[in-house]
Amino acid sequence: MANSKTPSGKPRIGVYVCHCGTNIAGVVDVEDVANWSAEELKDIGVVLSRDNKFMCSSQGQELIESDIKEFGLNRVVVAACSPHLHEKTFRGACERAGMNPFFCEMASIREQVSWVTKDKKKATEKSKSMVAGAVNRVVYHEALEPIKVPINPTTLIVGGGIAGIQAALEIANTGHEVYLVEREPSIGGHMAQFDKTFPTLDCSACILTPRMSEVGMHPNINLLTWSEVENVDGFVGNFDVTIRKKSRCVIEEDCTGCGICVQKCPITVIDDEFGVGIGTRKAIYTPFDQAIPNYPVLDKENCTYFIKGTCRACEKFCATNAIDFEQQDEIINVTVGNIILATGYDLFDARKMPNYGYGRYPNVFTSMEFERLCNAAGPTNGEIVLRDGVTAPKSVAIVHCVGSRDKNHNNYCSAICCMQSLKFAHIVYERTGAEIHNFYIDIRTTAKNYDEFYQRVLDEGTLFVRGKVAEITDVPQNEAEEGKLIVQAEDTLAGLQRRIPVDMVILSVGLEPKGDSDEVAHQFGISCSSNGWFTEKHPKLDPVSTMTEGIFIAGCATGPKDIPASVSQGSAAAARVISYIEMGELELEPVRASVIEEICSGCKICNDLCPYNAIIFIEDKQVTEINEALCQGCGTCVAACPAGAIVGTGFSNEQILAQIEGLMMDFSVPEVV
Amino acid sequence: MTNNFEPLIIGFTCNWCSYRAADMAGTGREKYPPNIRLIRMMCSGRLDPMFVMKALSDGADGVMITGCHPGECHYLEQNYKALRRTILLKRTLGQMGVDPERVKLVWASAAEGVYLAKEIGIFVEEIREKGPLDWPSRKNPAISIVEKEEVSV
Repeated sequence: MANSKTPSGKPRIGVYVCHCGTNIAGVVDVEDVANWSAEELKDIGVVLSRDNKFMCSSQGQELIESDIKEFGLNRVVVAACSPHLHEKTFRGACERAGMNPFFCEMASIREQVSWVTKDKKKATEKSKSMVAGAVNRVVYHEALEPIKVPINPTTLIVGGGIAGIQAALEIANTGHEVYLVEREPSIGGHMAQFDKTFPTLDCSACILTPRMSEVGMHPNINLLTWSEVENVDGFVGNFDVTIRKKSRCVIEEDCTGCGICVQKCPITVIDDEFGVGIGTRKAIYTPFDQAIPNYPVLDKENCTYFIKGTCRACEKFCATNAIDFEQQDEIINVTVGNIILATGYDLFDARKMPNYGYGRYPNVFTSMEFERLCNAAGPTNGEIVLRDGVTAPKSVAIVHCVGSRDKNHNNYCSAICCMQSLKFAHIVYERTGAEIHNFYIDIRTTAKNYDEFYQRVLDEGTLFVRGKVAEITDVPQNEAEEGKLIVQAEDTLAGLQRRIPVDMVILSVGLEPKGDSDEVAHQFGISCSSNGWFTEKHPKLDPVSTMTEGIFIAGCATGPKDIPASVSQGSAAAARVISYIEMGELELEPVRASVIEEICSGCKICNDLCPYNAIIFIEDKQVTEINEALCQGCGTCVAACPAGAIVGTGFSNEQILAQIEGLMMDFSVPEVV
Repeated sequence: MTNNFEPLIIGFTCNWCSYRAADMAGTGREKYPPNIRLIRMMCSGRLDPMFVMKALSDGADGVMITGCHPGECHYLEQNYKALRRTILLKRTLGQMGVDPERVKLVWASAAEGVYLAKEIGIFVEEIREKGPLDWPSRKNPAISIVEKEEVSV
């Protein structure tokens, strides 16, 4: 070996090659790998080498433990799955046998070999070289102690939709403080806009608003609406967050929420935010009657005082002098231990599909417009009418999958549109008795009581056409089509083209990531999938965690889902946070950099490299020092030091160089005959 | 010559993105050539150019350096340092008579398993085209120049 540094203690290495059932053994000759390791790697220090059906099973772990004790092993190499899956497991086994857990190394021969390689012979060769790399590396491992960071018990939750509300209540009820930040004037999210929820047909507001007021009154929840997170620094246990609380022109402490200002405001504008363009609001407003908090927001762009300098009607009538036209944005700094992002979704813009005529034909509605239209608290008090505000439709078409399952727009299924469309069909049937046509690709009603609801809608006489709508037009081809919207679609079950004239069309638009999800992800140091949804730590086994410790995700920000799933995720994320808080401190990988003072020449090359300002130059000694508490262990300074004076634990030069040598050991891939 | 030649490639991966992309390629059963051996580091910023030299001089035919996309570094901006070092390193390799294209930098996020597998496949073919580097056994003119200079000192 070319490495000059002698390893600590004479290595006695145990090699364990996992079959993973047939996951590895089906492609890699595991027995051969184990035997080869015992023979060829003897000189490096391999004392024994075994293969086992499931190394991660308790039997497999006990095997490691008993071998450590019986054969005096001081290092362990497990060739199995990715260390991201089971490194903890095997380190735990080593620790139980009295070995420092950091003397354990894994070779990922499942993810990197058996699952991705066709040729069995080559897969076996690659596995051997990966075991050799790991064996060679583990020789240079050293005993380490995990770093412990204290967890600040306060939590930040971003997004006040149902997922964020649920998470906030769960955490606050355990007695811990929560900051709930919402961008809009009120919490409630999309759920507050709905009339009914499927499949139970509960009134959405009736089940949501009690939760909202609970949040508003909770002594442990600091509710910051009309606010946005500006900056996030720090790491798990100790994040410094800067929040901008936008000016409402209303003094919250003084406002009683009586609503006289809204009543007296002479300016009425189209409500493009909460009301999605259906209905109106005043220039000073609360988005809806049950808004939490109930103090209003002044819309400076439409307020006469801000445009012309006169009016001040709201100020004159306010009994508590709560209107403050000069109010400025407030910057709030908070320190929190964990963060939950429940930032929700946007809706697909139906204008992107001009063949459906949304924006051109007044009686083509989006699903959210229809939600507002049929909402008892909406502009028509729940009466279903055409855009003229009076005519009840005699026939309605509901188009599924608008912008979803469409390679031109979003290739994924938006999960909720089928049930939403069926809900609309039921509401139209119940309130107007109109003829209803559903145009669908597939009906996806997989959750509890969903398919029963579908059967019910079928029994109500709603018509279903299986086929994607090609066009919606107002150009008639016969008398029956005069003055109607004609839906042109291929009926793929009957094998014919259909033209169905209707009075109203509802486009069930898909769900999309928030327009700024990329920026939010970057701000919080997490990642987005190629579609723009936040990426989970593991899609199945860790769906509310992210790759960044202390940052959790919940609700539709991670992908389309219905209300029960969002609520579950809110609770799940809260449970994760609570368990961190209860632990009091968290153990982190002891991957840190430190300077060997005797070797440091004081050249300062490393000084500007650290993004966490962990590197400080000590003028007295003319050497550099690294603050271990600030260091995050990226290793950039280690790589940069021309003198080799910086040591990176866990990923030292010796370890990586030894691994490279090991990987080369089986360079002679046999000639293909 | 190239018919039987199986290039050996060392890949350096970031713990947070490309190593997880490799995990994802595995989970998704995305097949790629077995010629690459991956080494995990915490960040592409940890890449000491010495590691690349070591790999090439010990017998690797190519080296693939992977990290988070610009702007997505887990450690804020260290992948930019990897980018700069890689550019300098490639220039140095060229001066030493080694084809700088034997070293390739690829950005791959944790979600891009399919992409990483595809890039590995492409790189293996690129190196197969170039043929063996065979640094350990060949008489490298660049190295002999260095030796001569040392003698003259």
